[in-house]
Amino acid sequence: MSFPSPRAGSGKRLDFNHHGVWAIYRFEIARALRTLVQTLVTPAITTSLYFVVFGAAIGSRLDSLGGVGYGAFIVPGLMMLAIFSESMSNASFGIFFPKFTGTIYEVLSAPISYVEIVIAYVGAAATKSIVLGLTILATASLFVPVHILHPGWMIAFLLVNAVTFSLFGFILGLWATGWEQLQLIPMLVVTPLTFLGGAFYSISMLPPAWQTVSLFNPIVYLISGFRWSFYGTADVRVGLSLAFTLGFFAACLGVVALIFKTGYRLKN
Amino acid sequence: MNPDIAPVIRIRGLTKRYASGAVALKPVDLDIAKGEIFALLGPNGAGKSTLINIICGIVTPSSGSVTADGHDIQREYRAARAKIGLVPQELTTDSFETVWATVNFSRGLFGKPANPDYVARLLRDLSLSDKRNARIMSLSGGMKRRVMIAKALSHEPEILFLDEPTAGVDVELRRDMWNLVRSLRERGVTVILTTHYIEEAEEMADRVGVINKGELILVEEKRTLMKTLGKRQLVLHLASPLSAVPPELGPWRLELSAGGHELVHTVDGDRSIDVAALLERMSSLSIGIRDLQTHQSSLEEIFVSLVSRHA
Repeated sequence: MSFPSPRAGSGKRLDFNHHGVWAIYRFEIARALRTLVQTLVTPAITTSLYFVVFGAAIGSRLDSLGGVGYGAFIVPGLMMLAIFSESMSNASFGIFFPKFTGTIYEVLSAPISYVEIVIAYVGAAATKSIVLGLTILATASLFVPVHILHPGWMIAFLLVNAVTFSLFGFILGLWATGWEQLQLIPMLVVTPLTFLGGAFYSISMLPPAWQTVSLFNPIVYLISGFRWSFYGTADVRVGLSLAFTLGFFAACLGVVALIFKTGYRLKN
Repeated sequence: MNPDIAPVIRIRGLTKRYASGAVALKPVDLDIAKGEIFALLGPNGAGKSTLINIICGIVTPSSGSVTADGHDIQREYRAARAKIGLVPQELTTDSFETVWATVNFSRGLFGKPANPDYVARLLRDLSLSDKRNARIMSLSGGMKRRVMIAKALSHEPEILFLDEPTAGVDVELRRDMWNLVRSLRERGVTVILTTHYIEEAEEMADRVGVINKGELILVEEKRTLMKTLGKRQLVLHLASPLSAVPPELGPWRLELSAGGHELVHTVDGDRSIDVAALLERMSSLSIGIRDLQTHQSSLEEIFVSLVSRHA
């Protein structure tokens, strides 16, 4: 048009599409509620099984670790294990599935920014995994005495890790071009690193050489920090844990920003 | 198109080259007026969907600009996209959601507050009321198509894109779709549709654009197009074949065809001929006529000849 439209610039007035964010968030939560058994009941049963096996059968034969009974010791590790895998699978599936079925067209054609899309998908995934983490905590406290020394830090670690792994999952979901790729990193990288990252043991129980190797595993720092918020004992200094937690968060945020700058795997 | 009214869609120098190097759009310029029904015709792979997907924000253009109701689709994407509804070509819907949930989802996604009355009315208009609590996967293909239209209209757009709206659709739905488009036009909604059912463009469109190999080769009022490019022919089936057009019939510019069994006159533009005089003359020459036909070319024939000329 050769003359300015009176309404030109009104795009700037709508600064945040909260209806849009809420629509995606609710859609994602509804997806979880449809599969409530799979989302919450299954992990609760799995946790109970861990306690039967590790807590009662094996744990009773183990010494306490830093004054904490083995059953209680593994609670933060179990929570982190669930937070990592649920955040990743929820967020990656959330964005991969519309890409796979083609319904992503609607999100791409909507007046919603990339930042808002991330807030909605990652927010929903993090919400779900936090609820799951707390469910595990509640289930665990039926079996073992769990006390939380630094509840504020516990919540903070829980939140940041849930959001970080949701962001990571979102990246995986964008990157994946097939179902196999979607599972690849969680199964082959994150789960082994978590099992080797002190979810079920203190790395001080390992031979010295393996202790050194473990320090190259970033998951060690995440779990150790979270466990410190429960019992005040840690494998590594809590400051280091915090630095790793925030560093990983910043890295994921950076990659997401980069992806959106280029429209990678979303637009061509 | 009235040049005094600002176009609702304004496209300038729009191109698209995919990463593979394939050129999907050569520079395209196009204005679409508010409230008109514009049909974009073209063979498969001509660039129809690419053009639509760029305007709707799904594909990033390589160069050029588009404004929707005065808003640049990239710099002011929120304002631009809020005006636009899209019904894509493929039937892509969620499966487990209910009809009601998915239409309300679309409305929220486009930044509109909930309005159950409007959504209920929309579902009624699309004969979806009794399916509102049905899961989408339980619906037939035609019903899913209706759901996609409801989603596209959920945020009360002023511009609606219908990408191949009636591909693989039954007669009833096609008729409903045509009625819907007309009622949208009455409300001032601009409708841009792509189709390769030319009959559809002929039936509904105010203007027609023909796109071929990424190039917009023609934009014309449908009526003008039919008039200027459409051929009218008068065919006279002869009782017995002729070997040549008799010189006495010279003024009528006739051609002999079908092995001498037919005399054909092609009408040039609006100029008509005196058929009565021709018949009289033939009668005086004792040329017997078995039958007489007139034939007017459809938009389809026009389209085919245009595309093959530019091939």
